Amino acid sequence: MINYIPRRFTVVRDRELCIDCGCCVRQCSNECHYFSDDGKTALVKSDHCVACHRCVDLCPTGALRIEKYICDYRDNANWTPAYQQEICRQAATGGTLLSAMGTPKPYPIYWDKILLNASQVTNPSIDPLREPMEIRTILGRKPEKLTVAQKGKSTTEMPPQVVLETPIMFSAMSFGSISLNAQKSLAMAAKNLGTLFNTGEGGLHPDLKEYTDCAVVQVASGRFGVHKDYLKNSRFVEIKIGQGAKPGIGGHLPGEKVNVEVSNARMIPEGSDAISPAPHHDIYSIEDLRQLIWSIKQATDNKKPVCVKIAAVHNVAAIASGCARAGADIIAIDGFRGGTGAAPTRIRDNVGIPIELALATADQRLRDEGIRSSVSLVAAGSFRCSADIVKAIALGADACYCASAPLIAMGCHMCQTCNTGKCNWGIATQRPELTKRLNPDMMHERVENLIHAWNHEIKEIMGGMGINSIDSLRGNRLMLRGLGLSEKELEILGIKHAGE
Amino acid sequence: MSITAGLRAYAEVNDEIKETLLSKNKAVVNDVNGQRYIGCALDEGRTVEIHGTAGNDLACYLNGGRIILYGNGQDAVGNTMGGGEIVVHGHTGDALGYGMRDGQIYIRDNVCCRAGIHMKEFKGMKPVLVIGQNAGAFLGEYMAGGVIVLLGIALEEGETLFGSHCASGMHGGKIFIRGVFPKKHISPNIKIEPLDQKDRVELEQYVKNYCRYFDCDYDEIMKTPFKKLTPISTRPYANMYVAN
Repeated sequence: MINYIPRRFTVVRDRELCIDCGCCVRQCSNECHYFSDDGKTALVKSDHCVACHRCVDLCPTGALRIEKYICDYRDNANWTPAYQQEICRQAATGGTLLSAMGTPKPYPIYWDKILLNASQVTNPSIDPLREPMEIRTILGRKPEKLTVAQKGKSTTEMPPQVVLETPIMFSAMSFGSISLNAQKSLAMAAKNLGTLFNTGEGGLHPDLKEYTDCAVVQVASGRFGVHKDYLKNSRFVEIKIGQGAKPGIGGHLPGEKVNVEVSNARMIPEGSDAISPAPHHDIYSIEDLRQLIWSIKQATDNKKPVCVKIAAVHNVAAIASGCARAGADIIAIDGFRGGTGAAPTRIRDNVGIPIELALATADQRLRDEGIRSSVSLVAAGSFRCSADIVKAIALGADACYCASAPLIAMGCHMCQTCNTGKCNWGIATQRPELTKRLNPDMMHERVENLIHAWNHEIKEIMGGMGINSIDSLRGNRLMLRGLGLSEKELEILGIKHAGE
Repeated sequence: MSITAGLRAYAEVNDEIKETLLSKNKAVVNDVNGQRYIGCALDEGRTVEIHGTAGNDLACYLNGGRIILYGNGQDAVGNTMGGGEIVVHGHTGDALGYGMRDGQIYIRDNVCCRAGIHMKEFKGMKPVLVIGQNAGAFLGEYMAGGVIVLLGIALEEGETLFGSHCASGMHGGKIFIRGVFPKKHISPNIKIEPLDQKDRVELEQYVKNYCRYFDCDYDEIMKTPFKKLTPISTRPYANMYVAN
C-alpha cells in the first residue's frame, strides 16, 4: 500500500563510532533499530522514529543522531505539508486526528512579550542568598473579615487552607495517561518540596497511599475511582470541568492502556475503555456546579477545599465568577497551550485562549466584583521557566500548575506521541518493559532539583524588584510591562507598555 | 426520637443526622422538604429513613449505608454511589444513580432523564437499578457495567417504557426491560435479545426484592416477558482515532 506520507525523521548511525552493542535495538519501542540477519550489525529503519532521543541519549559511543527528514513539497503557504499529511492520514483511516502534548502551533506567547521590573536606587533590591524571602503560598477561601478577641487572639472561623512551600504545583496527570512510576516520582517530589501532585481522573493507586497529604484528587465526569475515602484522603478535591488542551471535550483512555493496575485504581474492568463524557451529567448550570461542590464538602465534613478546574475559553472571566459564587475555594484555569496525553488535534490547535489573557481577565473580574479574596486562582497551561511563573503571579495567580516541565525533567523530549502508549522514557506508557525504565527513586530528585532551582530564581527575581514576599508580587501588575503589544492586548492584560 | 427537617437548611439537618448516627444505627427524618445531600457518604451498617420529599443528591457517594425514602426523590439520587441500598417509595428526577459503582437502588414509580448514566462495575462490585414504572430519555447512557431493570408497571395509555436515545454510548452491563417498548428509541449500538437462564435467575432476585419492598404481586409481574439490552461492542470508539 502506498503510504502517501514521507517519514518525519532519519536516524543517522555513524558506522565509525557504532560498536554494534545493540543498546539502541533494545531501547526503541518504535522498532527503528534492528540487527542484521547474522545478528552482528545494528541497522536502522527510520520510518517510525518520533525523535524521542532515547537511543541517542543511551548510545555509549555517541554514534546516533536524529535528523529531520527533508522532502520538499512545492512551496505553498496555504496547503502546507502538515495539512496535506493530515488529510492523507484521515483518507486512509476515516479517523479523528489525535495528538498529544500542548499545541505546537506558533500562536503568540504573551510571557515572551512581557518584561519584568527591577529596583534601582529608590527601592533597594534584596539578595535572597542572605535575606529572608517568602514564597510560601496559601490556597483556599479567605474569610470576609477577621474577628479578634481581647489580647489580639483571632476568633475567626477559617475555611480550610492549603499551605504550599512554593507557588508551583504539579498538574493533573492520571495513572493511565502516565505510568505509576512517573506519578510516584511526582508524589515523592511533591512531598519533599512541600507542594502537591494531582491524581487526574485516574483514582489513587494503593502504592501512593502514603502521599495522600500532598495529593489533589480529581472528580471528573467519568467519576472513576471516586468514593468517600478517595475524597477524604486528599489535600483538596478538584472538580474537573475542562482542560486547556481540549476544552469541551471529554477523556477516553483506550482499553489497551487499562491493565490490571490501572483497572484497580480506576475501579473498572481490565481492558475496558475508560470514557469520561464531555459534560458532567449532574452539572448543567452554575447552580448544579454549586450542588456538586457542596456535595463534596458534605462528604468530607467541610474539611477539604474544593477546586474547580476550567479551560480558558472566551467567557472565562464570567465563568470564573460563577465558580467562585458557586462555592469553589480554588479555581484552576488551564490555558489552551496546556499539555495532554491525547486530544483531538483540531480541538487542541483551535479551541480556547492563552492563559495570560484568561488569567488577567479572570483576576480583574473577580476584583471588580469584590470576590477575589473568596477564592484562590491557580494558573495552568504551559509554564516553561520560573520567569513565566513570576509573570503569572504578577498577573494575579495565587499558584501555578506545571506538568510538562517536570515531565521533561524525567526524560520527556516532547515527541508528542503520548497517545501511542509507546513512551520510551517510561512516562506515558503502561508497558512494563518501558515503565521500569523510570526509577522513581532517581526521578523525584530531578524534579525536586528543577523546582528548587525555579524557587531560587523566583526569589532572585522578586529580590531584584525589592519584594521579599510573594504576597506582595501577587496581582502586582506594575511589575510588568508589555513589549510590542497592541493597546487592546495591554488593556486586557492590565499592564503598561515598556517605556511608560 | 426522630429528626424534623421542616424548613431548616440542609447543613443543619445533615449535621443532626450525622450526630444521631454517632450513637445509633438508624436515623429517622420527618417532614423533609427538599433538603439536599441527605445520607451523603453514609457508611455500611447505618440506615436513614426519610419521610417527605428528599432534595437533590440524596445518598450521594453512598458508602454501604441504607436509605429508605417514603416520598419522592429529586435529581441525582445515589450520585456516584459506591455501595449500599436506596429504596424510594415514590418517583425520582434526573440523573439517578450517575456513575454508580455498587449497591442497589429500587424506585417504586418512574424516573426522569439519564437514569443509570455511566453505571460501572468492578470485580465484586455490581450496581443494580430497579425502576417500577418507566424512564425518561437517555436511560443507561454511557453505561459501562451493572444492571438496570425497567418494569413498566401500570403505564398509562400514551406512556412509553423509556424516552429517546436509550443506551446511547452503552459499552457494558445490561438492561432488562419488561413488556412493550419503543424500539425506535433504542440506540443503534444495542442488541435486543431474550433472557437466558442465567439472566432469569438474576432478574428474579431483583424483582422479588422490588415486590417485597413495595408489596407487589411477583407472579403478575413475571407473566409479562422481559427482553435484554446489551451493547454490540464493548469498545464502540476503538477505531475512532488516527494518531497524528
